[in-house]
Amino acid sequence: MAIEFVVNGKDMTFEGDPEMPLLWYLRDHAQTLGVKYGCGVGACGACTVHLDGGAVRSCSVPVSAAAGRKVTTIEGLAQGDTLHALQRAWIEEDVPQCGYCQAGQIMAAADLLARTPDPGDDEITALTNLCRCGTYPRIRKAIRRAAGLRKADEVKA
Amino acid sequence: MNAHIREDWESADAFEALMKTGESIRFGRRGFLKACAGAGGGLLLGAWLPAAAWADASVAGAHPGALVGLFVRIGRDGKIVIGARSPEIGQGVKTSLPMLIAEELDADWDMVSVEQLPLGLVFGGPPPGVAWKWGPQGAGGSTNIPDAWQELRQAGARARRMLLEAAAKRWDVPLDQLRTDKGRVLGADGRSLGYGELADAAAAIPVPTADVELKKPEAFRIIGTPRRVVDAEDIVTGKARYGIDTMAPGTLVAVIARCPLFEGGVKRFDATAALAIPGVRQVLPLPGPKGSEPITQNLVAGVAVLADDTWAALKGRKALKIEWESGGHDAESTQSLDAQCQRLLAGKGQVVRNDGDIDAVLKASDRLIEATYRVPFVAHAPLEPPGACVAIDKDSMRIVASMQMPGGASRMANAITGIDRSKIEVIMPRVGGGFGRRLSNDFVAEAVLLAKASGKPVKLMWTREDDLAHDFFRPFGQQHLSATLDGDGMPTSWRQHLASASKYHRRPDVKPEELWTAELYPDDFPAGIVKNLRVEWSAVHSGMTRGSWRAPAHTANAFAVESFIDEIAHAGKQDPLALRLKLLDHDTMDYGQHGGPKFSPRRLREVVRIVAEKIGWQRKLPKGHGLGIASHFTFGGYTAHAMEVSVGKDGIPVIHRCVCAVDVGQPVNPLGIEAQMMGGTIDGLSTAMDLEIRIDKGRITTGNFPDYPLLRSARAPDVEVHIVASRESPSGAGEMGIPTAAPALANAIFAACGIRIRRLPIGKQLVEAVHAKRA
Ligand code: FES
Ligand code: FES
Repeated sequence: MAIEFVVNGKDMTFEGDPEMPLLWYLRDHAQTLGVKYGCGVGACGACTVHLDGGAVRSCSVPVSAAAGRKVTTIEGLAQGDTLHALQRAWIEEDVPQCGYCQAGQIMAAADLLARTPDPGDDEITALTNLCRCGTYPRIRKAIRRAAGLRKADEVKA
Repeated sequence: MNAHIREDWESADAFEALMKTGESIRFGRRGFLKACAGAGGGLLLGAWLPAAAWADASVAGAHPGALVGLFVRIGRDGKIVIGARSPEIGQGVKTSLPMLIAEELDADWDMVSVEQLPLGLVFGGPPPGVAWKWGPQGAGGSTNIPDAWQELRQAGARARRMLLEAAAKRWDVPLDQLRTDKGRVLGADGRSLGYGELADAAAAIPVPTADVELKKPEAFRIIGTPRRVVDAEDIVTGKARYGIDTMAPGTLVAVIARCPLFEGGVKRFDATAALAIPGVRQVLPLPGPKGSEPITQNLVAGVAVLADDTWAALKGRKALKIEWESGGHDAESTQSLDAQCQRLLAGKGQVVRNDGDIDAVLKASDRLIEATYRVPFVAHAPLEPPGACVAIDKDSMRIVASMQMPGGASRMANAITGIDRSKIEVIMPRVGGGFGRRLSNDFVAEAVLLAKASGKPVKLMWTREDDLAHDFFRPFGQQHLSATLDGDGMPTSWRQHLASASKYHRRPDVKPEELWTAELYPDDFPAGIVKNLRVEWSAVHSGMTRGSWRAPAHTANAFAVESFIDEIAHAGKQDPLALRLKLLDHDTMDYGQHGGPKFSPRRLREVVRIVAEKIGWQRKLPKGHGLGIASHFTFGGYTAHAMEVSVGKDGIPVIHRCVCAVDVGQPVNPLGIEAQMMGGTIDGLSTAMDLEIRIDKGRITTGNFPDYPLLRSARAPDVEVHIVASRESPSGAGEMGIPTAAPALANAIFAACGIRIRRLPIGKQLVEAVHAKRA
């Protein structure tokens, strides 16, 4: 039976194995290659995407769980040409080293900011995405900066 | 390229030729650049670095199109594209190397964009008939910056000279009346021309063949200023491509079931169930190591499943029935290796350095202190696991992979298929972390073997479990240190005996009596400072595959030596800082290993002084807090760490402050150096706290990240980085942050709670020790 859902605003149908982890669907079939594989067991967060706006580790969710829902990957985070406040803050703070974990980091942080627009240090450090390059100090700074940027954007709007 | 890293490049696949060529084609007096007009106008500057003996005409004749590979491209619109030649593994060279060119070109950095170059080789000429097109392309040993320091600045300076000459011609004025500023040539009378306006004319000017004078450091506008990662926007929008993000049409995804038993084999397998899974196309056996035969030397025997997509391949692999064959290491375990070390350390080792007469001092002294330190096997675990995409088309081939040694990959592919190296295209996307893992090209070899056997393009995927079970691990070892002290608590003799499983593993080119050279750097501190000193090594036998792990042996040795210095200070009732400052107040000495030729104890002393001052060494600390300090010389760079730590009742160390100072000579990109030091520190702490690859019955029992708990944000401290404003010629910064992190932490733990950490990882031992103390 075909599974229907939306990926970054596009309608998609998938007729393969419904047990396939969403991660492999997104990488191999939807070609959203910004979604990364790091462990396949939900331990690293490199594969983090949003399912109806909430962060999930796509390696640990079967594609069938996305049926009728909206999937957003890093490719769909910006509004057209306008980068998300986190993406801007990430560039400003020069966060990436190898960069491999960063899509997952940003998606996890975006979920945090959506739930908690002004997160405290404890909430920021509670994010459990792994960064093998050790960019955590700059990730934390970037999240704080993005929270500020968003406030500034709201004032402007 | 110095000897140390050449060995690493070679260990990947045991070919000799290319790196030797690398030696003979260094830019500078012997090499020269070539320029031509670009197809769309503008100046193309291709670095063209033939061996001295090559006649210009023969090169041009044999390779008319060779200059299409671009190094510097100046468009008519003034936009400058600079080629980045080395693999970007997160160490920042895609930003810092182009900065060197842009500086001497006097470019406006805002007009510069950077493109990753593929592997560039030129063929023909004298044996071995191959040379680098743009200079060495690799990532290892923190060599990129020191290797490129002269030659890439020369490339930029020569391009600038050509633009100046073009302007001088156009205005008919002498060259020395002209200067440049931010992408423009300026005349004495106030006239100016943008580089874009001069690009076509400059392309017709002969490239200077002699060295052009370089800027004085005072005139730097780009070098030494903070510059952000050039790919940042692509990374944060998900557009950046890594090795495993490629898929040629018709590609099959492969995963391999590899023999878990060290050096074991495949006795028999049954693929029926695997082949019945929808999407699975082929099941193919892969060879294991056959002695020192170079292609298979670093491979593991296994069975590959090739399928339409990753999920089908993984399901197929699960359905395989395989009977493994023992490799003769069934009794090996973490415990058996520790016991082996204990036996070895009780005896004498191979003496690799012997200064003065330690036996005489020992006999005469009544103050002997001694301790044994241990470091475990650890994995590189780059977040992007190994993998490679290979497409073979009759007599040509395309390899796309995350690599540290693309030249080795090309040689490997040639050896397996016989396809001429000039027909092997090697593309280097961004690399999702290296740490030394990708110095080996085993994963490229696997993908090439599978592409050849299957007749299809292959994308090989490794899972995290594959990665942790089949890495080239940082060597495990224990070392015993002993020292005699004089009445002032200063060491009068020093004996260090390391027993380790050398990283030179399966290396037929390395004689048994040379295995130690990967494990000990005999000119390391305190050699030359403590006058009676003996360093010994003993070989631990293990079936584990070993290799270079970021800052290789420095991580083990700095932990032992810097912890022991702390123990000496406490035994001699001295302040650990004061003891270090006294020992390091010493003249510059020769240093014969990688990072030499000189080691300046006073530069090391200076970074010690900085971290002590910044952390407030003399200040009164909150109750239960302790300060620890450590310093080390790594590959030409000088680093110190100071940490303020407390240990909770639960036995968990909390790092309240972490200060680091580094002297890597002239800083090229301070923002990048800071990133490397932060990341290196956190890598060092992560590894010290919890990481160990464990072994039982001749196989690895560590499975995935839950068994191998890298530090997460909650326990990773902010790292305060101080960069020495030096004018010495620069060294790389990729490995300098790690070695001192673990001993600074261990020394701070001792200062905080009196418990001495001598075994890594710290793991549960601190919890147990705290409980035992309270009981
Ligand atoms: S790949 Fe999904 S959490 Fe690691
Ligand atoms: S930047 Fe490399 S893993 Fe995070």
